[in-house]
Amino acid sequence: MSSEQPKGGANKSTPIPDNATVRAVDALDSRLGIYGAAKKNLRKVFPDHWSFMLGEVALYSFIVLLLTGVFLTLFFKPSMQEVVYDGSYVPLQGIHMSQAYASTLDISFDIRGGLAMRQIHHWAALIFVSSLFVHMFRIFFTGAFRKPREINWLFGFLLLVLAMVNGFTGYSLPDDLLSGTGLRIAEGVVLAIPLVGTYVQFFLFGGEFPGEDIVPRLFTIHVLLIPAIMVGLVTVHLILVFYQKHTQFPGPGKTEKNVVGLPLLPVYAAKAGGFFFIVFGITAALGGMVQINPIWAYGPYNPGQITAGSQPDWYIGFLEGSLRIMPNWEWNIWGHTLSFNVLIPSLIVPGVLFTFLAMYPWIEGWITGDKREHHLLDRPRNMPVRTGLGVAWIVCYGVLWVCGGNDIIATHFHLSINTITWVGRFAFFIAPVLAYLATVRICKGLQRRDRDKVLHGRETGVIKKLPHGEFVEIHEPLEAGVRHTLTAHEQPKPYELEPAEDENGVARKVKRSQKLRSRMSHWYFAEPIEKPTAEEYKELTSGHGHH
Amino acid sequence: MSSQDKSEVPEEHLPEVHASAHVPAEGDPFADPGLPAHEPRVTDIDEKAAKRAERQVAFLFVISMLSTIGFIWAYVGIDKHRIIDIFFFGKIGAQNLALGGFLGLALFCIGAGAIHWARTLMTDEEIVQERHEFTSDPETREYAIREFTQGAADSVIGRRPLIRRTMIGAMALVPLSGVVLLRDLGPLPGTKLRHTDWKPGTELINEATGLPIKPDDIVKGSLTMVLPDGLVEKYGPAGEKVELSHGWLEKAGMSAVLVVRLEPEDIKSKKELAWGYEGIVAYSKICTHVGCPIGLYEQQTHHLLCPCHQSTFDLADDGKVVFGPAARSLPQLKIHVNEAGNLAATQDFTEPVGASFWERG
Repeated sequence: MSSEQPKGGANKSTPIPDNATVRAVDALDSRLGIYGAAKKNLRKVFPDHWSFMLGEVALYSFIVLLLTGVFLTLFFKPSMQEVVYDGSYVPLQGIHMSQAYASTLDISFDIRGGLAMRQIHHWAALIFVSSLFVHMFRIFFTGAFRKPREINWLFGFLLLVLAMVNGFTGYSLPDDLLSGTGLRIAEGVVLAIPLVGTYVQFFLFGGEFPGEDIVPRLFTIHVLLIPAIMVGLVTVHLILVFYQKHTQFPGPGKTEKNVVGLPLLPVYAAKAGGFFFIVFGITAALGGMVQINPIWAYGPYNPGQITAGSQPDWYIGFLEGSLRIMPNWEWNIWGHTLSFNVLIPSLIVPGVLFTFLAMYPWIEGWITGDKREHHLLDRPRNMPVRTGLGVAWIVCYGVLWVCGGNDIIATHFHLSINTITWVGRFAFFIAPVLAYLATVRICKGLQRRDRDKVLHGRETGVIKKLPHGEFVEIHEPLEAGVRHTLTAHEQPKPYELEPAEDENGVARKVKRSQKLRSRMSHWYFAEPIEKPTAEEYKELTSGHGHH
Repeated sequence: MSSQDKSEVPEEHLPEVHASAHVPAEGDPFADPGLPAHEPRVTDIDEKAAKRAERQVAFLFVISMLSTIGFIWAYVGIDKHRIIDIFFFGKIGAQNLALGGFLGLALFCIGAGAIHWARTLMTDEEIVQERHEFTSDPETREYAIREFTQGAADSVIGRRPLIRRTMIGAMALVPLSGVVLLRDLGPLPGTKLRHTDWKPGTELINEATGLPIKPDDIVKGSLTMVLPDGLVEKYGPAGEKVELSHGWLEKAGMSAVLVVRLEPEDIKSKKELAWGYEGIVAYSKICTHVGCPIGLYEQQTHHLLCPCHQSTFDLADDGKVVFGPAARSLPQLKIHVNEAGNLAATQDFTEPVGASFWERG
């Protein structure tokens, strides 16, 4: 098949219709040359796997966010001007509040479908960030971020960060007691920034907290600035997925040089397009049936008031937990205050966690020294160290997230809040290490099982008694396709330093980075579970068939 | 990563890229057997089954249409304030439930129909397309680099350092205008974070009643939220509403105070005792961690817990931190009883309240 030919199995015998539609498209083509693009893309192949749908969930919930968000802007008034509420929610009538809060009440109680739209918007935001996380870890565990896709990993990472920031700005807009508390914490974090924190806070809030500027400013950031960047990033992300072609799992007929799947028109378009409606439909049903963020129950924001058990949206919870378990370290030096108790948990810990994620493709690329393109995915078990690191990251994030709810855990399970906090402090360091070690072991165990299956076949559960009385279980040899799938992965050898002296006995200079790299590479690839060789297989299968 | 880097990894350590393995190597038991043959589905061979699938898809699309009509009916036909009590859901707004439900169903059925259609009636024969390496071939590479080099040479930027340097200088300076423009986002902090609305003689006003506080109003074990006069909604002598002073939210965010009565002998600090009135002490309500208002009081232990991050302060011991991420004690407000017999502040806080900041010292 040459690259000039349309590839999609379109048959030369498919007749070319001659009707008004075709003539209209002809007219368009003579101005824009669209047939060229259509030739390449209409029957483009997309590989199928359930996990490839996670990114779709993210994309579709983003579209739902844009649609419902536009509706909400038609009614929301991003103003902190004080008004007296006179809408139809009786408990708050006559209460002083900001216009932002009053208009959110109006959306919830006086605009038909407004509450549904608000709740769809909020649910879609939660689903959006969740699916971004899960999608990202699918990419991580299967090695889909490897060359040539590192740049797209970075775009995806930026989308995740922007999604979290925009989630925070979004739920801060209604100016209710809960969102105001979140803003107050953000104010405290900003104040802790060395040197410029106080100035940044006064510029951000237009003066003392809360001021009258923060909601309109967050509104512009939430509906204009960040969404515009995100739409751009999503577009580039998708173009790259399209242009670089989707990865695929190893299997019979699947190689690094091909892509196997169903054509965009009609199958993928129908499935992906249909899936958009499924995601939108489920989100809409949630918005109608499952209450979320009932701001009327919290009341308008007042910096002197709070409710116990205040919780942020789930994706901000890890920051909350990080702030909660941090010991109270603060330095006063030369008349200046350095609040490590705020700086470390809210800026340094998330900074390190997320920078590691963002840079991971380059870190792994450097350690393995692999400069080749990869289009076949790894099965997570075949890369135990990477999988272990991913699980350790998730556990680390998870510990922080759980600690963000330590008060809820304490009241629900009647435990001491102090004990939970101390357990969290230790768990933050210990749990990821344990998770890493356990994951590596499980991965290697699964590799051993694969090896066993390939060499000895599948256990049938049928027991045979041999003439001399021995009982054996019959093992059924695997199909050629399965054998291939289980042995298709590579097992690179660790990067070895060259001998300290070259062949002429002259000492070689070994850079420190080379030593580090050799050590890291050994850590990545040492003690592999060797996959079966053809000789082993033949030796076992040639003689007795039962073993 | 440079090409020099590449040479550091001996070639033999990198496995071969799996070349198109359609033709298995002689005798290799793990060779790629190639794409399995397509197996037809029931709908491919049985027209009856295909017809059934067609009807199922159409049925889903019809449900969607009906749901949209249902949505419109719910919008105009259900009173927006009607609350209904449904099993499992509890009390719920009828219109919202119907709107979300119908919209969800209308959308879901379109999706379900399209996917069912794709899975049963559209082709499921997999197609193989080739991939092409992204690295450009050497001629293209050389051509592009030559074009660029020629373009750069034509600009004479390499030979005219004066232009180059001044251009870089101009480009580096011009964003400054944008930064300067942000100056009016807010006022300079000045000493604003160091002062609150408490002045010598300011009366403590009960946030709940809007009235000044007499020492007898404060009973042991209770926690009373207090603001300076002017920040609490109240009514004048003729029953008219007194407007809140301008910027009351900002002032409340700094000046919120809580008052408790302790047994004087329980108070461990002489200063704390002296700054209170017969065991009544007033502390800033704003947490010294990141500024949440503190509200959970354990009367047995005199501990005050911040609901945000669980910093715990001992109110019987100068508001010292006994647990949690806060580093500094809660500032105490010095109070006395004035001629009218009401609690009043003797002075402003002597240290900044709330979260730490760089200049705090």
